[in-house]
Amino acid sequence: MISTSQFKAEQAVRSDTVFAGDYYMQVVKAGQTLRILDLEGNQAADTLFYNAHDPSERYSAMDTIREQGNVYLTTGTQLLSNDGNLMLTISADTCGRHDTLGGACATESNTVRYALEKKCMHACRDSWLLAVAENPQYGLSKRDITHNINFFMNVPVSSEGSLSFADGISGAGKYVELTAAMDVIVLLSNCPQLNNPCNAYNPTAVEMLIWD
Amino acid sequence: MQQQVIDQDAIYQDVIDGASHWSMVIPAGKVLSLTDIEGGANVSMLFYNPKNLLERYNAPDTLKCQHTFKLTQGHCLYSDMGRIFCSIVGDDTHWIDSVGGVANKQKVAQKWGKRDYQTDRNNWLQNGYDSLLVEVAKYGLGKRDLAANINLFSKVKTDDEGNLSFVAAHSKAGDSIQLRFEMETLVVLTTCPHPMNPATEYPNKPVNIVLSEAAAITADDQCLNSSAENGRGFENNRRYSCQHSHHQHTAVVGA
Repeated sequence: MISTSQFKAEQAVRSDTVFAGDYYMQVVKAGQTLRILDLEGNQAADTLFYNAHDPSERYSAMDTIREQGNVYLTTGTQLLSNDGNLMLTISADTCGRHDTLGGACATESNTVRYALEKKCMHACRDSWLLAVAENPQYGLSKRDITHNINFFMNVPVSSEGSLSFADGISGAGKYVELTAAMDVIVLLSNCPQLNNPCNAYNPTAVEMLIWD
Repeated sequence: MQQQVIDQDAIYQDVIDGASHWSMVIPAGKVLSLTDIEGGANVSMLFYNPKNLLERYNAPDTLKCQHTFKLTQGHCLYSDMGRIFCSIVGDDTHWIDSVGGVANKQKVAQKWGKRDYQTDRNNWLQNGYDSLLVEVAKYGLGKRDLAANINLFSKVKTDDEGNLSFVAAHSKAGDSIQLRFEMETLVVLTTCPHPMNPATEYPNKPVNIVLSEAAAITADDQCLNSSAENGRGFENNRRYSCQHSHHQHTAVVGA
């Protein structure tokens, strides 16, 4: 469901531009709201969330979609942890639908999806692994690189059980906002995928804004 | 189907009780057949590479590379390293759930009432989450290592708006699923009920398992040929095990 936000960019307590192929790793406190802004349209923002005080508690795609009874994420979706606790709620969404089934690109999965010779192209899971290596204070490792959300991605599922990567429904200036119910680590890879027509083969920047 | 994929007598046969958990390391070239004895069973499964436990079943990679939400005969189950743990070479149920996950203690208590070992001994109402947690702990793994699992014998479908529903009475007594292992794999499983099962009584359903030798993979193998992606997945396995080419698909990727 499409919904807009009252937050003004100039009142944000923090604002970062994340270029395609880079990662973003920040703590968002309980009660704060995070906006992910698709600056140029149809960019995939591959995102994981962890409890900042115990990262073994993390976003769980399965628990989230099972408990809301729907595979798509949008306004009102409660993002649940593997312990069944509320982590964040989607409080505004001008895109209307986000994916949590398609996962993130990896060099290895690129060999299967596209071609064996695509194996050394930059990929989201490499960005995440660099993020956890460069931020040892969080104590994360490859074990923690799990099943993520793809904000702005459109991955329709049919009643016959098919799944496809469809053309995006996002556009320049569309955004999604999440209000944190606990202190969370946000780990985002701004997807560098060059093999998928869903971003017009042109990965672009996103902006991350936080309000108290 | 069984005649085509299994070429010898069973190596062993066993029954896994309902509400239980088990694990086994299965070498490449074996077929694990699971049979729903009474109908309405559920087997939640996870897969790991025993030589590198950081390599594990990856649900999104499996679904997106085969453009599917359901899993059934002809599909392969992928690790996060682009390799195939096993191929689904038989599935009488035609739909294996890919997203339902497992129930935890609170959910089981909510749905079917709280019971404990002290009162009920082995008829207590085990939950799938704790079952998997205990079973992976035997290999030094824990909560952080529990990835999205599959649920054999269970069907969760969506409508056109993405609403999920559990299809009751999906698996019938005698329905079988055959998994052919394409690399050495640690299989972790629980027979605890599916978290979306609407049954009013806790479903306590056993499954029969049989391990057999797989027949040699032929050039027209269904799983190998069901998509170009699976051809490349098999090629990744071939390179991992450093085997000489023995499949038709090497011609596709060797150019």
